[in-house]
Amino acid sequence: MNSSSGQRRLVVAALTALAVTAGATACSSGSGSAGSKDADSGTYTVWDPYPQFAKSSAWVKLLDQCGAKAGVKVKRTGFDTSDLANKTLLAAQQGNAPDVLVVDNPVVSTLADGGVLTSTADTKLDTSKVDANLLAAGQSGGKTYGTPIGANTIALYYNKKVLQQAGVDIASVKDWPSLTAALAKVKKAGKKGITFSAIGTEEGSFQFLPWFWGAGAKLTQLDSSQAESALSLWKDWLKDGYAPNSVLNNTQTTSWQEFASGDYAFGENGTWQLANAKKAGLDYGVLPIPAAMGGAAAAPTGGEFVTIPVQQDTDRYATSKKLAACLTSTTNIYATDTTLSYVAPTSEVQDKQVADNAELKPWVAAVKAAKGRTSDDLGTKYPKISEQLWKAVQSALSGSKSPKDALSSAQGSVK
Amino acid sequence: MTPMNQTTHPPDLPRPTPVPAEPAPTPPPGAKKRRRPASTQWAAWAFLAPVTVYLVLFYAYPLYRNLDLSLRNYTVRSFVQGNAPFTGLKNYRTVLDDPTFAPALLHTAVFTFVCLAFQYAIGLALAVFFNQHFRLAATLRALFLVPWLLPLIVSASTWSWMLNSDSGIVNAALHAVGVDPVNWLTSPSWSLTSVIIANIWIGVPFNLVVLYSGLQSIPSGLYEAAALDGANAWQRFWRITFPLLRPVSAITLLLGLIYTLKVLDIIWIMTKGGPADASTTFATWSYQLGFGNMLPAFGPGAAVGNLLVVAALVFGLVYIRVQRRQEALS
Repeated sequence: MNSSSGQRRLVVAALTALAVTAGATACSSGSGSAGSKDADSGTYTVWDPYPQFAKSSAWVKLLDQCGAKAGVKVKRTGFDTSDLANKTLLAAQQGNAPDVLVVDNPVVSTLADGGVLTSTADTKLDTSKVDANLLAAGQSGGKTYGTPIGANTIALYYNKKVLQQAGVDIASVKDWPSLTAALAKVKKAGKKGITFSAIGTEEGSFQFLPWFWGAGAKLTQLDSSQAESALSLWKDWLKDGYAPNSVLNNTQTTSWQEFASGDYAFGENGTWQLANAKKAGLDYGVLPIPAAMGGAAAAPTGGEFVTIPVQQDTDRYATSKKLAACLTSTTNIYATDTTLSYVAPTSEVQDKQVADNAELKPWVAAVKAAKGRTSDDLGTKYPKISEQLWKAVQSALSGSKSPKDALSSAQGSVK
Repeated sequence: MTPMNQTTHPPDLPRPTPVPAEPAPTPPPGAKKRRRPASTQWAAWAFLAPVTVYLVLFYAYPLYRNLDLSLRNYTVRSFVQGNAPFTGLKNYRTVLDDPTFAPALLHTAVFTFVCLAFQYAIGLALAVFFNQHFRLAATLRALFLVPWLLPLIVSASTWSWMLNSDSGIVNAALHAVGVDPVNWLTSPSWSLTSVIIANIWIGVPFNLVVLYSGLQSIPSGLYEAAALDGANAWQRFWRITFPLLRPVSAITLLLGLIYTLKVLDIIWIMTKGGPADASTTFATWSYQLGFGNMLPAFGPGAAVGNLLVVAALVFGLVYIRVQRRQEALS
């Protein structure tokens, strides 16, 4: 082996290695700049929490239409709803936030607090037609950070066949004692009572809130006697076998599957299940969740807001506003809320929805009576309160603590 | 031992020839004594560069960021704007004072050690069993790998369905033999057990594969000799298989430990760490703090994550020490 050829080979190899390294670093710096929008300013990004909608769906077509109307190209990404807030925060940190963000309403105040969202005062997005109780979920510190694309809430679905077999007249169910009495009858008839979701996530709090508010409790004081009575109601249902133990691990979807099996008399679920209820062939009715002493309890509002995240290039807001306004225009919102099985956020469209589909009537009433979780200026305090609330529900239902102890330690942790 | 050490040296002392694999105990004498430090060293560094850049980009920087996250008070606002104030060890103190800390530590320890013990014992038993080379052994062994091949979301969801209190197949089977149903996932006294069972099932194939390959390297002559000397199967296992498998066992247990410490997906999918923290480990707690709430607590979340890294590191160092001592003995 000749020493000079060995040396040459080494140099060649070293150069190759260097080139590979340079290539790798070039790649990594390139990916950073690929996200910036200067390269193609005619493209606007939209993020939404509807991953179920494929490219051919009405929603994506609507996005393209609105883009064409505003003279830009829309690049849309659908995220899982629980992922979207963190993805947006990370993107905002990198200066890569989308131009238009459709996001779950309780997250709006958190994102607004982070300085991620523009207020409607900045972008001149019109929110005058929107129902005040729905808009409140997107307001904090006197400013509004977007406009709802649609609203939903939860109520009690009931299975007419099961109730008939148990000899329960649904008109008799007016308050908590009469509901519990109905559950007792159903159990006696060999059927199952009620199913809901008490999982250890935001969904659990969402499902508990109508009972919590229906007892007269306030989110600012978790350990009130009213709160305890609401938690005791659920706890006793589990203890007496009116509700299955699996509620502790139920998401709203699994809870729906239990109700759709046809064995349950009641299921606490949302507007968005209407289409599935028909598909399952159930003979069902819908009842607003009763308050402790009768009347309908306030249920929390669900549904998403169309927001415009802060951009470095503020000239983009004009087009983003056009996109947001197009998505929430009267005709488009009607179409979107029909596909999503949501209630529209404006009275005008709500009337049209009820006229076309009388089944929506109880839902429109429920949405009008509903309350935003972050309303009452709770804003970013809500997520912390909610976490303690679902933990208390889990502790009490699983039997590791009494409802009273669970709620007082929850209040202690919120401070 | 000394000549072997030379090959483990970093490449700043490369051989003068581009074929360094010769196992010659002394450098070839004569002609190539002349050293060319400048160019070869330069080349050596160039060879090192890709892996160095890779390590810095994908290991050192994320670790540094995680450390930085845990030492600052991040709110949503300061996370986005990047001006979080430095607060020293405050996040660690928050985490240590949290009522979740003690149960999470206990659950992490129980989860890790119970899983490891069962995974190793079952894996070893199966490895010895399959080492008998009976008919269909290869097919059966392949079947045992299925848990490993399934995506975790599939296996964890399946376990979650099977263990459902009301409609799960496990409770249905218990009912058939007259046992009362167990609230596997929703009772505070059972949920940790349930996730441990699922994790053992998932971890056995890894132990089986590594230990089986370790068994292959034990010369069969030793068994024959022992059989001639009158050792029974039990004695052959404890006197030959187990001692000779020790190095393989050590690395299997270490890898299993690091893997088990940070198990998140199975627990998260099955119980979300619940009910009410009854199956919360450090991994799920860290995730819960950072991502499980609409208002992320990145600082404390990162602090818990770092505690996990330190724990894994400690066990890694223990392993290296034990290995050194074993080498010194042999």
